[in-house]
Amino acid sequence: METSLSRAFIALLKRDLQLAYRHRNELLNPLFFFILVVALFPLGTTPDKTLLMTMAPGVIWVAALLASMLSLDSLFRADYEDGTLEQILLSSHPLSVLVLAKIISHWLVTGFPMILLAPLLGIFMYLPTNGILTLMLTLVLGTPILSLVGAIGMALTVSLRRGGMLLSLLVLPLYIPVLIFSANAVDAHLADMAITGQIYILSSMLMLAITLAPVATSAALRISLE
Amino acid sequence: MKLPAIVHKFSSPQNFYVMAGKLIPWLGWACLLFMISGLYYGLIEAPADYQQGESYRIMFIHVPSAWMSMFVYMVMAISGGIGLIWRIKLADVVASSSAPIGAAFTFLALATGSLWGKPMWGAWWVWDARLTSELILLFLYLGFIALQASIEDPRNAARAGAVLALVGVVNIPIIHYSVEWWSTLHQGPTVTKFDKPSIHISMLIPLLLMAVAFKFYYATSVLMRARNEVLLREQNSRWVKEVIANES
Repeated sequence: METSLSRAFIALLKRDLQLAYRHRNELLNPLFFFILVVALFPLGTTPDKTLLMTMAPGVIWVAALLASMLSLDSLFRADYEDGTLEQILLSSHPLSVLVLAKIISHWLVTGFPMILLAPLLGIFMYLPTNGILTLMLTLVLGTPILSLVGAIGMALTVSLRRGGMLLSLLVLPLYIPVLIFSANAVDAHLADMAITGQIYILSSMLMLAITLAPVATSAALRISLE
Repeated sequence: MKLPAIVHKFSSPQNFYVMAGKLIPWLGWACLLFMISGLYYGLIEAPADYQQGESYRIMFIHVPSAWMSMFVYMVMAISGGIGLIWRIKLADVVASSSAPIGAAFTFLALATGSLWGKPMWGAWWVWDARLTSELILLFLYLGFIALQASIEDPRNAARAGAVLALVGVVNIPIIHYSVEWWSTLHQGPTVTKFDKPSIHISMLIPLLLMAVAFKFYYATSVLMRARNEVLLREQNSRWVKEVIANES
C-alpha cells in the first residue's frame, strides 16, 4: 500500500512528537542547561547591571547554541539504535523530506521552548523589554537554523560510539554566522539602530538551510547507515 | 553523467602509484628551485619596507600559506565531491591526504600572522576579520580530520568527510562575510588595518615565487601522502605485494 508523501510526512511528525511527549522529562534537560549556563555568567563575572546588559545577547545566544547542540542527540540516536532509522531509509519517499519532518518535530520540542524561556533569561541579564523582543525574534529565526545545520553533523556521527565531542567540533564552527548576526541584532536594537539587515540575513540563512540541510542530512544518513 | 573510461583507467590505484612516483622528484625539485629563489629575493634582495622595516619579510611565508589554506580546502572539497559522485577511490585519497597539509598551512598562516602582528599591532592576536575566519577554517579542517579518523571503514570515512567538506564550502563564504561584518562593527580604530598598498615589484616577485613554491610543495607532499594511502588501502592486492617485494 502506497501512502502519499504528505501523509508520510505528517505521520512521521506526529510519531516524533508523540515519542517526545512520552519522554517529556528528557526534554527538560536542554532547557535547564540553557538556563544554568546563562546563570553561570553573572556568578563568574560580576552582578553589575550595565556590564551584564552589554554581554546579554552574546551570552544568551552562546547558551542557546550549546543547548541546541546537546539536544541534537535525540534527533537520530534512539531511532538509529532501535532500527527505525533504517526503515525510514528504506521508504520509497524522498529521504530529505522525511528528514525535514524529523527536524521540524525536533525543533518544536527543543528550539521552540527556548524561545519561550528567553524573557526569563533576559531578566537574568537585565535586558530591557525591547531587547527581549528582538532576542525572541532572532531566536525564532535562528534556532531552526541550528536544528537544520546540526542535523547534518548528527547524521554524520550517529553511528559512532563516541560522537559527542566530535559533533561539537563539526557543528559549532558552522553555527558562528547565526551567533554573529543574532547577537548583533539585539545589540543594534539596544543602541537604537536599524536591525532589518540582520533580520533579512538571518531569514535568508534560514531559507538556505531549509533547502540544503535536509539534502545533506539524508546523504550523510545514507553513508552512516551503510 | 558518466566519466570517460580513460579517467577510470588513469585513476586506477596502481597506475596512480607509478605515475605519482615518477612525478614527485620533478615537483620536489621545482619546489626547491622556486623556494630558494623566492627566499633569496625576498630575504636578501628586496629592500626593507619604509614603514615596517625588516619584519614585513615574514609576509613571504605568511601570505602564500594563507592562500594555500583556502586553495587546499577547495581541492579537498572538490575531490571529495568527485569521490562522492563518481566513486573514484583516488579522489577520496586525495581529499583525505590534503586535509593535514591544509591544516598545517592554516596553522602556519596563523602562527606567522601572530609573529607579524606583535611588532605591527603590538599584540599577538587581534580579533580581525581575516584572522578570525582563518581560525574558523582551522577548526573546519580539524573537524574533517577528526571525523575521518573516527570512522573505521575508509570508504565511509571518505564519503562522510566529503559531505562535511561540501557543507563547509557552502558555509565558508557565509562565515567569511559574517566575520568581516562583525569585526567592522565591533572593532575600535585602534587596529591599523593594512590597506593593501600597491606592492612594489621588488617585493611582488619574491611573493609570487614563494606562492608558486608553496603550490609545488603541496603537490609534492599530497602525492607522497596519497601514494602511502593507496598502498595502505590496497594492501591486500597483488600489485602492492609485488611493489613491496621489489622494494625490500
